[in-house]
Amino acid sequence: MAFTPPKESYSGKVFPVEAGTGDGAVSLGGENVLPFHAFEGEIPNKPLVAYEIQDVPPADWPDEVKSQYEGVSDDPVKWAKHCIDELGAKAIALRLVGTHPDGANRSADDASKTVKDVLDAINVPLIIMGSNHAEKDSEVLVKASETAKDKNCIIGKAQEANYKTIAAAAMANNHKLIAMSELDINLSKQLNILITQMGFDNARIITDPMSSALGYGLEYTYSVMERIRLAALTQNDTTMQPPMMADVGMYVWKIKETQAPESDLPDWGSLKERGIAWEAVTASSLLLAGAELLVMRHPEAVKTVNSFVEELS
Amino acid sequence: MALSGVEIFKLLPKTNCKKCGHPTCLAFAMKLAQRQATLDACPDVSEEAKQVLGEASAPPIRPITLGSGDLAVKMGEETVLFRHEKKFVNPSAIAVAIKDTEADDAADAKIDAVNSSEIDRVGQKLRVDAIAIMNESGDASKLEALAQKVAQKAPNVAAIVCTENADAAEAALKNFSGKGALLYGVTDANAEAMVNVAKAHKASVGVKADGLDALSALTEKVKGLGIDDMVIDPQSKTAKDMIENNTLIRRAAIKKSFKPLGFPVINFATRDDSMLETLVASVGICKFASIIVINSVEKWKNLALFTLRQNIYTDPQVPMQVEQKIYEVGDVTADSPLLITTNFSLTYFIVSGEVENSRVPTHLAVMDCEGLSVLTAWAAGKFTAGKIAEFIKESGIADKVSHKELILPGYVAILSGAIEEKLEGWKITVGPREANALPAFLKSRAA
Repeated sequence: MAFTPPKESYSGKVFPVEAGTGDGAVSLGGENVLPFHAFEGEIPNKPLVAYEIQDVPPADWPDEVKSQYEGVSDDPVKWAKHCIDELGAKAIALRLVGTHPDGANRSADDASKTVKDVLDAINVPLIIMGSNHAEKDSEVLVKASETAKDKNCIIGKAQEANYKTIAAAAMANNHKLIAMSELDINLSKQLNILITQMGFDNARIITDPMSSALGYGLEYTYSVMERIRLAALTQNDTTMQPPMMADVGMYVWKIKETQAPESDLPDWGSLKERGIAWEAVTASSLLLAGAELLVMRHPEAVKTVNSFVEELS
Repeated sequence: MALSGVEIFKLLPKTNCKKCGHPTCLAFAMKLAQRQATLDACPDVSEEAKQVLGEASAPPIRPITLGSGDLAVKMGEETVLFRHEKKFVNPSAIAVAIKDTEADDAADAKIDAVNSSEIDRVGQKLRVDAIAIMNESGDASKLEALAQKVAQKAPNVAAIVCTENADAAEAALKNFSGKGALLYGVTDANAEAMVNVAKAHKASVGVKADGLDALSALTEKVKGLGIDDMVIDPQSKTAKDMIENNTLIRRAAIKKSFKPLGFPVINFATRDDSMLETLVASVGICKFASIIVINSVEKWKNLALFTLRQNIYTDPQVPMQVEQKIYEVGDVTADSPLLITTNFSLTYFIVSGEVENSRVPTHLAVMDCEGLSVLTAWAAGKFTAGKIAEFIKESGIADKVSHKELILPGYVAILSGAIEEKLEGWKITVGPREANALPAFLKSRAA
């Protein structure tokens, strides 16, 4: 029996999205096939891994990843430059976690000063994220959008509770927008529709269907991503065609597997490699499910994921 | 090609005799089409129908067992390409490669690593499933020596004998005779001799060829030689090739019912860099490999790969549940607060994650509500005042805490009065509605 390769072609494609300006600009998305299916279509851009930095020192990061940024993490500008110059970062994700009212409660003005300082120091795309406090984020991210005007940043996360102000600011200041909903393809579609109804071009959205760490609900994120991508490609559903983002490091570096010492749990093996593997495998599986933009923390995990992407491309 | 219910119906006796346990032949046909019934339930079916339906109802990917006894691993029987459609059936087996050129102590260390690889995760016992012994030397006696060592030190672990030399195959495989071993390395050139060795020792075979066309021809040839239990290797060199070949094989088998590729797939994901190898193996887990061979099985790597395999192979239609018990988050004392929630795994992960974020040690009572989230469980009558009171009483937590205060999810604030009535002496406090408000809530109480 002769074999005919059962290749498939799709009616839809993922929007290509560019972030950053000038020489440092990077594109993601644009493919018309399932993740890494180069044998049946076009994949113009590789997934992009952004190094996560914060506006305040990462006091709650476990030692294994915190120690990687010793001497630079007290200053976001130093931290960003270290990631680019020493680690080869192609994008920086600045999380303004210090603005959270339960934390340092930095003002929107202070945060926006940090954004400006970091932008002045780097030439790669900047992803600007809030502290995940819906109310405060709408204040902080509006200010940050204005400060970063025309720098073509990726700003978010806009959620159901605060998308209006953040989307309006991203639109007025020429940024891309992260739209985040909680692990449900219908919620994700609905939020993208609400945002486009404001006049926001859906080709400027990045969908974040919410990440989860390996072993902690990863299969939900994995399947929601696969379903979103299938809807984009097979049904040509334009509301599902923005590239997807996986906020990996934040979910991985708070669970037990990345913190429990080997002396407590000898069956789990070396803590150092375990933590790196946890972040890298969470990333690799979400890449296979369709993520194009990853936000990660550990340099060794990023390095391995980049080698992996090379092998897949 | 799979038949539709109506097509199957046409082949049935159409007597509606109910002997199969279904009210009509059409109802039985529908069940057959969904593979929820088997044809032998019908006593009056014709020989012709048996033949047609037997072929159509055979699973698109042949079921094969690797190894024997308690540690045997089932492979194949998959029915879908995406896990949200239906559960992936048989989780990928992880095998470690040992070359017959490796130093004795290195080989010993790997065998020990396999023997001590068992990890208990969310109630499942997970381990390295197989050892692949590789005839790197090309020398039959070296492979035989390694086979003897493995058979002696890991007698219950499934063996994969990897060689293209039939003499070496015989020398090694006799150590695993009748134990469900896999003889890997059957090619177009050596097929007859290798199949004879495999038959003599009741082993299945692993066939390899360059390209899926050649691979299809080879499986037909091996079938002609009298072996149906095959595992196929499209010889992917990169992760990119793995995705292409594994996807085309799975599609051909499931969507086109292409029998020559309807077999479990083996992938060699071996890489010099152990961390990169972990990620290449993750491709095998997500993308349809039944056996993934890797160079090393460090405990950290096993934990990550076993966990991914568990995640990908869970049933998407059954809510993941965690065990009902009082979990201790952080270094709890008798004074630590007591929270209650339901046992939907996502609920548990999110709530326990936020409690960890708060850095306030907390007793977290997780109640069995058949894997439903708080509001759904409440609406379904599974998270009620009576059941909560009973769970708290029977849990024995009253003896472990110095206080009698239970913190309830904000969404079910309405239950607080009724619980206070049923749990005598307890104070019920209404906590936040969403888990992300827990850190602030717990910190403000601790202050």
